[in-house]
Parts: sequence; C-alpha cells; structure tokens
Amino acid sequence: MEMLKKEHQLTISVSPHVKSEETTSRIMWSVSAALMPAALMGIYFFGPYAAVNLALAIIGALAGEYAFQKFLKRKITLTDGSAFLTGLLLGMNLPGSVPFYLPVIGSFVAVVICKQLFGGLGYNVFNPALIGRAFLLISFPKLMTIWKEPTAAFIHLDAKTTATPLGILKEEGVAKLMEIFGDKINLYTQLFVGHRAGSIGETSAFALLVGAAFLLYRGYISWEIPASFLGTAALMAWVFGTKGALFAGDPLAHLLSGGMLLGAFFMATDYVTCPSVKRGQILFGIGCGFLTMLIRLKGGFPEGVMFAILIMNCFAPLIDRSFRTRTFGARKETKEKEVRK
Amino acid sequence: MHSEFTKMFELIIAASLINNFVFTKFLGLCIFFGVSKKMETAVGMSITFTAVMMLGAAANWLVFNKIMVPLDITFLKIIVFIGVIAGLVQASDTIMRKIAPALYYKLGIYLALISTNCIILAVPLENAAEHFSFVESLAFGLGSGIGFGLALVIMASIREKLELADVPAPFRGLPMAFIVTGLIALAFTGFSGLITI
Repeated sequence: MEMLKKEHQLTISVSPHVKSEETTSRIMWSVSAALMPAALMGIYFFGPYAAVNLALAIIGALAGEYAFQKFLKRKITLTDGSAFLTGLLLGMNLPGSVPFYLPVIGSFVAVVICKQLFGGLGYNVFNPALIGRAFLLISFPKLMTIWKEPTAAFIHLDAKTTATPLGILKEEGVAKLMEIFGDKINLYTQLFVGHRAGSIGETSAFALLVGAAFLLYRGYISWEIPASFLGTAALMAWVFGTKGALFAGDPLAHLLSGGMLLGAFFMATDYVTCPSVKRGQILFGIGCGFLTMLIRLKGGFPEGVMFAILIMNCFAPLIDRSFRTRTFGARKETKEKEVRK
Repeated sequence: MHSEFTKMFELIIAASLINNFVFTKFLGLCIFFGVSKKMETAVGMSITFTAVMMLGAAANWLVFNKIMVPLDITFLKIIVFIGVIAGLVQASDTIMRKIAPALYYKLGIYLALISTNCIILAVPLENAAEHFSFVESLAFGLGSGIGFGLALVIMASIREKLELADVPAPFRGLPMAFIVTGLIALAFTGFSGLITI
C-alpha cells in the first residue's frame, strides 16, 4: 500500500515550472563581474585611495546586511551577492576622494534602510545604491562634489581638483569644455576611455559597454530599458542641448559623460525596482531619459541620472499596475457593485 | 497673453512636482497616510481634494481681495480662510453623500478632516502672500491638488506592493509609510532648482 502510494504520487508545485540553471545569486555575481572592468579602470585612474573607498563600500554593505539579519534572527543571505553588488555600485558612484566614513554610511543607508527594512531582496521599491548615494549627496553636498583629476599613475596622490565635464557644461558652457579638451574628437576619445573627472566607476564608457555587452549577451538585462533610456536622452540632448537653438545639441557628449551609461545599463535595469511588463519598461526608460536631461539642462544639479532613476522607481509599481493584464472574464464594474451592496 | 499662459503652466508644474507640498514641505500628512492604503480611496480623495482646493482658492481669493483688503482686516485671514474652507467642505460632504455614497463611507473621517488640512489652508495663504491674480490662484490650487493626488497615487501603489513584503514587525504599517515618504522626498529633491518663481 505504502509503495503504491509513492509510485502514483504526482509532483505538484507552484509556478514557475520552467527550470533553469539561473539563480538570483548567479545573476548578482555576473552583474558584479560585468562591473569589474569599469571598477578597475576607475582604480587605475583615481589611484589606491579610490580602491580603498570602493572596498569600504562593499565591506560596509556586507557588514550592514549581516548585522541586520543576525540582529533580527533572519536567514543570513550574504552569499546571494546582492549586498556585494549594492556596495560595489555605491562605491562606483562616489567620487574617489571622499573621506573613508562616507562609503560606510552610504552602504548602511542603502542596505539597511532601503533594502532590509522593506523585507530584503525583492521587496525594495528604490535602487539601494542610488538611495545611498542620494542620501550622501544631500547630507554631505560639499564632500560629494569634490572631483579629482584622473592621474593614471599611482604616485600622484595629490591630484588637482577639477569639475566634471557636466559640471563645466552647466557652469561655463560648451566653449570652456572645448578649451579644455581641444577638439571634439579628443573630447569623445577621453570620455570613451574614461580619462576625466567623475565618480570612480562611471568614467570609462568603454569598460562599461564591455560589461553591458556581456550582460545583454547572457540575457541578464533586457534591451528595452537601456535603449529607451539612452534614446530619449540622446533625442533631448540633440533637440534642446544648445541654449537658444533647436536641433543643435551634442547627444554623444551627453551620453558618454556623467553616469548615463552606468545608470542605463546597470541601475535602471535592476529587476526589483523597474516595472516587470515590457511595455512598462519602455515607458520607464523614456521617463528616466527625459528626467535625466530635464535635470541636466534645466535643473539645479549638473547630473540627473541618479534622481531620474529614483523618481521613476517611485512610479514603477504604478506603471506595473496600469499595464497589468485584465484577468480573463473579469469585468471592471463588479468591484464597484460589490462595494456598494 | 503668451507669457501669462507660460506663467500658469509653470505655476502648475512648480506646485505639483517641484514644490510638491507633501514631499518638500511635508504638509497634509494626516490625510496622506490615512487614505493611501488602497488605490481606490486614494484616487477618490485626490479628485475630491483637488476640487475642494480649487473652490477654496477661488472663494478665498474673492473674500480676501474683494472684502478683506478694502476693509483692511487682512490680519484675520487665517480665521476667515478656515471658516470659508469649512463651509466648502461641508458642502462637498453633503454632495458626495448623495452622488458617491460608497466612496463617502470609505473616506470616512478623512473627508471632514479636509477642512483642517494644512495644504488646503496653505494654498490661499500662499496666494494672498504672493499677490497672485485670480487665474494664477486657480492655477496654483490646481497644481497643488494634482501634486497631492500624484503623491497619494504613488504612495498607494507602493503601499499595496509592500503589503506582500516581509517587513520587520516593528516597522509594519505606518512606520514603513513614513520611511517610504522620506525616500520619495529624497528622490524628489532632484527637481529642486528646475523652475524658480
């Protein structure tokens, strides 16, 4: 009898039924690996001090996650790589020269307040790394906007402070930017390689594109969000980029500078905080691109990628809600009648 | 005429996004937290709120500029504005009970609370302080109403999502709502400096 029962047992499980090798931790570690070229380029340009900051951000994130889960007697999930990725992203979004306590504070806010309080991985509404950075930017505005010139050599520790290309563009205009970089070709090359002032991991467009190509090839990120994000931003930069004249802007310079590539490929595409419906993702990307350029061209901050993604994060649940497919056979009025009784 | 239209558009955008009363000044939080648990009440409240807001802005503008300024009793504006708004809320209360009883019972106490809502009072006071014209006052009221509605709808969608989340017990419900509001406010600082009026 017992034997018979076992033989005839059906395996009943809840969806999803498609099984594959992919797991959350595998994706998280792959994204971290894809960020490595850009992180290494950042360390190469900004020196060992930046490397320490990067490491502190990661250690802070891991320690925050461990402490919170230990304290609340929850399952410790350090090995899924999400805390590591948050720390890495936060570190890459900081200027290389911030004092050592900043990355630690930032990772604490990112991991504990923005992720764990919401119930851990999968429930957070906002991108943790960006919340960490936004918190730091609002709390320590002076420290967070001191940019060092890239040295590309480990001996020059006392590099000059300078403004980021976007900062120059905002404060002094295109003419000044051209004066510094010479001609357009030189500007594009420097931006592409990453030889410019900026956050540790955002400067090297080339290294970021290599990582993004890997993620796209493996299917870990979908093309919808980066394409609509960058497309909208390029269009706006082209149309409104120059004051007083339409269709005279420089889209390429805008795409390559600031955190545009890092944001579009690695942060806006965060599974948890972007809409899950494809059409919703395109809307999300368009919103990100639009808000980024709005803030860059009109707003009070030189860079808008972070705020744009965070603002669209607020709207992501709403976008998902409005693109949700209607249940088959369900009518809109039934709910209303039920309430009225 | 063109610049007048631009000014109005800027006022609406500024009041709804850039100086959103909920996320930059943290006004009107009692209703904001009270009715943002469900999307249905949030939408209903947004519409009622915007309507009352515009009526309040219009009525108070008339009272302020046509009665109080000539009589030179502008120092009484807080008391007078509260009185006018309370009357309007009572009226909308009665109308809603007739035309949308389901929503009326769902909004419950918060409908009456509109009359003491900070934003509803802040808008006429701001209008008086900034010497806005009648049309500008209406635009400012509309923008503030849209901004409040937007905040409510965003918050409701997030809170509905959070109902499934494994939030630590001490933070469930209101504490989490406060944290989410703080984080949204952090995101909305990105709008600062966009339009200066």
